[in-house]
Amino acid sequence: MSFVSLGFLAFLAVLILLYYLVPKKGQWILLLAGSVFFYAFAGWSALIFIAVTALSTYLAGIYIGKLAADRDKYIKEHSAELDKEAKKAYKAKVKKRTYLIMSLCLLLNLGMLAVIKYTDFGISIVNGIFRTNIGFVHFALPMGISFYIFQSMGYIIDVYRGKYAPEKNIARFALFVSFFPQLLQGPISRFDELSKTLYGPHKFDWNKFARGAWRVLWGYFKKVVIADRMITAVLALSGEPEKYTGVYVVALVLFYAIELYADFTGGIDITIGVAEMLGIEVAENFDRPFFSLNITEYWRRWHITMGTWFKDYIFYPLSVSPKMLKISKWSREKLGQAIGKRVPVYLSTIIVWFATGLWHGAAWNFIVWGLLNCLVIIVSQELSPLYTRFHKRFGFSNTKGYNVFQMFRTFWLMGFIRVLDVYRDVPGTFRQVWSVFTTANWGNLFSGSFLKLGLTLSDFIAVLAGCAVMFTVSVLQNKGQVRDNIILKRPVAVRLVVFVLIALLITIFGAYGIGYDAGAFIYGQF
Amino acid sequence: MKALKIIIRIAAALLVFALGIWLLQRLLVPKYVTENEEGLLVKEYYSYAGGNDVLFIGDCEVYSNFSPVRLWQDFGITSAIRGSPQQLIWHSYYMLEDTLRYETPKVVVFNVLSMKYGEPQSEAYNRLALDGMKWSDVKYRAIKASMTEEEADSEALTVASYVMPILRFHSRWNELTGADFKYMFGTRQLSHNGYVMRIDVKPVDTIPKAAPLPDYSFADVCWDYLEKIRTLCDRNGIQLILIKAPTLRPHWYDEWDEQIVKYAEEKGLCYVNILNEVETIGIDYTTDTFDAGMHLNLSGAEKLTKWFGTYLKANTALPNHRGEAEYEEKWIDRIDYYNEMAEAQAKQLSENGKLDGYWGD
Repeated sequence: MSFVSLGFLAFLAVLILLYYLVPKKGQWILLLAGSVFFYAFAGWSALIFIAVTALSTYLAGIYIGKLAADRDKYIKEHSAELDKEAKKAYKAKVKKRTYLIMSLCLLLNLGMLAVIKYTDFGISIVNGIFRTNIGFVHFALPMGISFYIFQSMGYIIDVYRGKYAPEKNIARFALFVSFFPQLLQGPISRFDELSKTLYGPHKFDWNKFARGAWRVLWGYFKKVVIADRMITAVLALSGEPEKYTGVYVVALVLFYAIELYADFTGGIDITIGVAEMLGIEVAENFDRPFFSLNITEYWRRWHITMGTWFKDYIFYPLSVSPKMLKISKWSREKLGQAIGKRVPVYLSTIIVWFATGLWHGAAWNFIVWGLLNCLVIIVSQELSPLYTRFHKRFGFSNTKGYNVFQMFRTFWLMGFIRVLDVYRDVPGTFRQVWSVFTTANWGNLFSGSFLKLGLTLSDFIAVLAGCAVMFTVSVLQNKGQVRDNIILKRPVAVRLVVFVLIALLITIFGAYGIGYDAGAFIYGQF
Repeated sequence: MKALKIIIRIAAALLVFALGIWLLQRLLVPKYVTENEEGLLVKEYYSYAGGNDVLFIGDCEVYSNFSPVRLWQDFGITSAIRGSPQQLIWHSYYMLEDTLRYETPKVVVFNVLSMKYGEPQSEAYNRLALDGMKWSDVKYRAIKASMTEEEADSEALTVASYVMPILRFHSRWNELTGADFKYMFGTRQLSHNGYVMRIDVKPVDTIPKAAPLPDYSFADVCWDYLEKIRTLCDRNGIQLILIKAPTLRPHWYDEWDEQIVKYAEEKGLCYVNILNEVETIGIDYTTDTFDAGMHLNLSGAEKLTKWFGTYLKANTALPNHRGEAEYEEKWIDRIDYYNEMAEAQAKQLSENGKLDGYWGD
């Protein structure tokens, strides 16, 4: 069930009504039922995969928790008999078993993800290398599988690490895995954070409800008015790469940046807003990323929960893993301190970005996209002493103007890397980007050819106006939430009228229905 | 916060939203007064529903070619046309079902041209056929039966967009004209009991030879709906007459005609291919058509109607209602409007040399 459907709005209205009518203790059960219903719309077969993830992770968590509890009990009961070494040995023995359980759980779930998502990619590689002609299997990707598996994997790793106790109630755990607002495109929540509010009880709170509703409205504005309109031009420009070179590639970079931002942040706004209307707090996933001064900052502000997931569950464990420590030692010895200390960090960084690329999709363009991000980050880090010297020497480095330049630079750099998503063809993307420097067709900006991309002048004006609103809101967010500082301070009547007016504007200016391919969120495919 | 206060707030917001949607919908839906005027036809039926002994169903071959006013004036036969552009056979069936909610005619005249279309043709024609239909389970079934592939892909939204047309026409915000504001709360009447009048002339010059078809058989779905129409008429004691209107394009193949003849014989129905009666009727394609043979103009329609009135008298037991006060009263205004429009078109034609729309203004 897409967020951009009447079915979803009806489902949400009924669910919210029931949520505040049922006894408080039953709220989370209703949410679970709602989530199963929501997920079942994607097909009953898809339910099997999420059930396998929920059940396997739950059981692994319970078992790990039991082993840890038994270990603590044993040590407590035998503290007099056991010396320090014996205790350490016993703990190591238990840890080995918990590690095995965690690994099996990870293997099962990541294996499932790998088979479903990456089999065809693997086949294409085998066919390419060995000149074979193995047929593709074309598995249908269950909705949100990358998100719920990563969320569950984060949980089991945390339980293994003893960060928190495992959830004992399987139904409660199933809700954590399947909580419907975040099924489509995240964010990738952490159990200890989400569980604080997920299970209630929640008394109806007008202020929270209103804040959530405003956030949902804002999400729909971005998704339906901007993203779903912009997609027409993006598809037109990327669909005929031979025709649209030079200035059109620059336009595509800009259009796709707008579309992706409005689409993904819009979806996350709807997710967070819906959760807020239910009294539940979901992690933020964006912090105005287009205001980032550099790519490292950009990745701290874009898809935050994915970035922190990779950092916490891959980068850090990898950096301190015995093998990496060995590599570190070896590289310091062989390559010297200066270079040697960088090797494990950069190796971990490369692996993380490779995995990030692969997580986004089973295709070379995503892998190259991840590695290009990695390359820019590493180069930036290597050049940072130069930057520091430069900034010290020239006074303008700390001016607002220079900051704007940095934002502009980061925006376009990320934009050009991002078009790999759109062309989905690595050499083709490089050819297209190269054409920006070799094709002198900037005059087409004023030739009216942009009006042949499926968007009328009115559509472009609507997008421009939408972007102006998005930009203004982002600037205002420098001083905190616009909802809290501006909207929710107004009298109720004014707020209601403005809310309704915006809803009407979305109804009119939204790009939906016959002639528009609205609905699917870009990140839903990952 | 008191529950009542919250309920009032939400109800107030919903009320304002509903009012806003209603107003915007009035503004944004097509008014069909400056283009695609035939979009008014289906809705107009409800203003003349009741007391019609004959019902014509079909596409432009009925609403451009038969004049209920002439049938009344010359034969005292009361009739209405439920036509719409490129009306497909399932549209016709549901048009008939919908009509039966308001009246039960004695005779239904169905133009068989739509037998050639075995699948939905375009969303636009669906809208022209169904938007004007009043809400009922009939309309719901008609929508479901008529969806194009694109409409069916988002079925819930498509159905919802017939309930709230703003969901379909919201993007007209950039096409609004003065007419959208002028006719926001009411539109003009186009038809004369379903007949769409044109008095101008565009003679037939050449009739292109029809290319042979690989397969002349009608689609199963068309036969199914024809049978449903027949059964529905039968159940309601209605005499069904099948016709093929005398228009030269699109071509009506002999192979098609044979299938209809056979069906009519098997079911004991009257079928008349009026193309074979053109000389008897006196239709002159140099003067009686406004678009080179696709549709008849007023002159052609009146000739055809006169002939068809005689046919009806001969083949049915339709009463002559002339002289009955109840009917006379109803038809007097219709005749006036008919004559007014003909005069207005004639005036505009003589002044401008061409017609700009149907109303002659």
